[in-house]
Amino acid sequence: MELFKNTQIDFLGKQKIFIGISLVLLATGIASWAAKGGLRYGIDFTGGANINVRFASKPPIDRIRAAVGAKIPGEISVQEVTGENEVIIGLPLKDEKALQQERETVVATLTETFGEKTDRLDLNNANPQQLVERLREPLQRASIPMNDEQLGQLARRVFEFRNTPPRSGVLASLDQLREVEGVTPQVLDVIRQQCYLAPFTIRGAEVIGPKVGAEMRNKAVLAVLYALGGMLVYLAFRFEFIYGLAAVIAVFHDVIITLGFFSLTDKEISLNVIAALLTLVGYSMNDTIVVFDRIRETLKLSRRELTPQIVNDSINQTLSRTVLTSGLTFISALALWLFGGPVLNGFAFALVVGVIVGTYSSIFVASPILVFWHERSRKGRRAAPAAAK
Amino acid sequence: MKSLKWKAALIVAITLACLYGVFGVPKSADELIANWKRNIRLGLDLRGGSMLLLQVQLQDAFKLEANTQIERLKEELGKQSIPYQSIDHNDPQTLAEAGDIAIQVRGIPAEKSQLFRNIVAELLPSWVLTPLSSTEYRLTLKPTEVLALKEDTVQRAITTIESRINGLGLAEAAVQRRGGAGSEAEILISLPGLDDPARVKSILQTAALLELYEVKDGPFPRQEDALAKYGGVMPLNTKLMRSAPRPGDPAGEGWYVVTRTPVITGRDLRDARPAQDEFGKWETAFVLSQEAKGRFARFTEANIGNRLAIALDNQIRSAPTIQSRIEDQGRITGAASHQEASDLALVLRAGSLPAGIVYLQEQTVGPSLGADSIRKGLIAGAVGLVFVVVFMLIYYAGAGVNAVVALILNGVILIGCLAYLEAVLTLPGIAGIILLIGMAVDSNVLIFERIREELRAGKATAAAVDTGFSKAFLTIIDTHVATVVSCAFLFMFGTPAIRGFAVTLVIGLVANVFTSVFVSRAMFQFALARQGFNPRLSIGI
Repeated sequence: MELFKNTQIDFLGKQKIFIGISLVLLATGIASWAAKGGLRYGIDFTGGANINVRFASKPPIDRIRAAVGAKIPGEISVQEVTGENEVIIGLPLKDEKALQQERETVVATLTETFGEKTDRLDLNNANPQQLVERLREPLQRASIPMNDEQLGQLARRVFEFRNTPPRSGVLASLDQLREVEGVTPQVLDVIRQQCYLAPFTIRGAEVIGPKVGAEMRNKAVLAVLYALGGMLVYLAFRFEFIYGLAAVIAVFHDVIITLGFFSLTDKEISLNVIAALLTLVGYSMNDTIVVFDRIRETLKLSRRELTPQIVNDSINQTLSRTVLTSGLTFISALALWLFGGPVLNGFAFALVVGVIVGTYSSIFVASPILVFWHERSRKGRRAAPAAAK
Repeated sequence: MKSLKWKAALIVAITLACLYGVFGVPKSADELIANWKRNIRLGLDLRGGSMLLLQVQLQDAFKLEANTQIERLKEELGKQSIPYQSIDHNDPQTLAEAGDIAIQVRGIPAEKSQLFRNIVAELLPSWVLTPLSSTEYRLTLKPTEVLALKEDTVQRAITTIESRINGLGLAEAAVQRRGGAGSEAEILISLPGLDDPARVKSILQTAALLELYEVKDGPFPRQEDALAKYGGVMPLNTKLMRSAPRPGDPAGEGWYVVTRTPVITGRDLRDARPAQDEFGKWETAFVLSQEAKGRFARFTEANIGNRLAIALDNQIRSAPTIQSRIEDQGRITGAASHQEASDLALVLRAGSLPAGIVYLQEQTVGPSLGADSIRKGLIAGAVGLVFVVVFMLIYYAGAGVNAVVALILNGVILIGCLAYLEAVLTLPGIAGIILLIGMAVDSNVLIFERIREELRAGKATAAAVDTGFSKAFLTIIDTHVATVVSCAFLFMFGTPAIRGFAVTLVIGLVANVFTSVFVSRAMFQFALARQGFNPRLSIGI
């Protein structure tokens, strides 16, 4: 099968349209960026705390907000994870000690609001060790013989069962435990006496103090700048300086537009997104290098100067590869975006946008810069002897 | 043909080595899975667990050091009968100010100054004495000593934290200094498999400073009552200490006048265990060391009928009356549960922390969250992979098989290298693998498109394959090196999870050069060699 055969598209002839599109995209992104007073950063960079809580059914957002808000001063956010019975409770930045304390307060408040006031063990928020200690004596009293090793294995099985999807950490009813190997009706009776189920579980927590937040911001900015610098140096070394510069401008263009999309869609910039941006930097660079490589090869063979025609031909010759690779990478990124879950969502989104913009920019941004530079320096050379006369 | 055999042997050898790294030589299906789980190390974000980053409050250790030296100095000045007005130290509040610790000495008579200097030089060799006036002096810690004390404090904190955490039976826990020795006073604790770090945090937060004091007077219901009795000035060598009410304790708050220096401290302990009293209440029993034994026996014998204050973290837990001579046993009452009693025993055994700690960062991923991430990552990867494989087979026909084999081999080598390097697979690492699928295919597409071009230009098949590979090779190297450069910076500046991404991607890229250039080419050559003269190539045109 062949999709592209000897294409003769005049890419450079249409550069004005595409430069227009680029400018519009850049302007829209930056305008939204400015209108919203900057990008939305994740807690990796701002500092603060996020607590993931999963509920057995649809989470009662208003009750959560009211209960937690009553205990914690300042603004808290309760964000629903779409498609899951899960919320992320966000606390704003405070000093390290206050953050730790508030994290404990949130958990205590949730237990108070949604849990039971009993001595029984909350199986949704306990660990296997606690279950072992809780069951040891009651099992003995119920004359169910079990040594510590068997008991430990039983507890591990119960928690493994609780943690596998579709339960994913929350049991709705103790009856579900019947499916677990080793939970006989007698054992289940004992569990029922000793345990209960709160309708939620704490699935994860992240607390980042101001010091670490500031450190991560610095590191992220440095990583991006050094990566761009490193590539500029590598390309200047392998090609010419202007090739490196054109590629870096194109990549910069991609990063700004992708960040613009993040601003438009109100997505958070997390550390994972920075990793995605760097990946897209590498990817867009790939694309540009493939075209530049072809230009360099043609120049060597023809021993001519760089002309728009050569650049156009090179783009056309590599077009098949460009479209195929971008298409396949795009599919991989799209799969990650659609199926990768909430944690990778930002990362995948950056890649989905980045692959498209990156492919576009190597054809419509990097190559025109190269041509523009050569035309100018040729005119300059022609003008210089004329002036000398 | 001979060189082709060598190539095939090399490819098979590398594949087997990688498979061995991951699976070992399994004798059963269970063992195969067990080996896989052991060799592929999952990061905390995938397997669940907690990561804590804490900062040692070095200023505490410096203040403690100044206090100790002040006590020694006062004692010596007393012995030499040099009068003084006051000796105290300043109060650095933050970690950065820790090294600014200074001791102020006031009111040393001018005629005794030479004697005072001699005493300081002999007693406090690590301090620098600066006279401020004829009777006032300032002592500051030498810069080398500041560094040494910082190092020592962090090292001791690490040791203490390690032994406390090990006491909890968390086998895989790791305690390490962030950024290696000599850097900041930050300690990173990773606790795989632990989804509720509350207990660890409370165990680390307890300073576990155990002290036994002789009670001189008390208890008073309020601090003011005690002060009123002594006219606002405590008698020499005594201090006021609060006894905190424990839940379920009828005694309530009280204040005791105790001796300034403790009879016994936590360092004199040999062992501590949870125990139950005659009413079944939990308490922590301790045993004194050989060296402290005699001292304590003499003390209790001389003080029968007096009270003894047992203080933990500068709060009196109980103040029992000494009934008889006690050899080496004691107990701390008032634990709420078995767990509390055994946790206290644990921290007492591990020793006290040399300084307070503050948590800078916590990251906890429950096992169910990790399992979800793995599942979703695998689904996304599988969807992407299936699409890519199907597309390559349709678009490039026979050559597509080369690409698919190269892709699979790429994955095998990547996983094998991860196992050999003991690298940790993180969630961004899985994302890196998915991205790698796209990039691995890129190399093949570059090569195949080149070969097609050469074929279209009318070259013979074998020559077209050779030219295609050699021309695409340069481009592949350029693109891969550029990505490796950006990964290098990610590795330098990234968090552990992002480092996982960078490592995975770099290994994958190197493996990719091998599979798409070397392996795929060998497959082409093999296919052509089998056809003999004037071979044909299935590459979709």
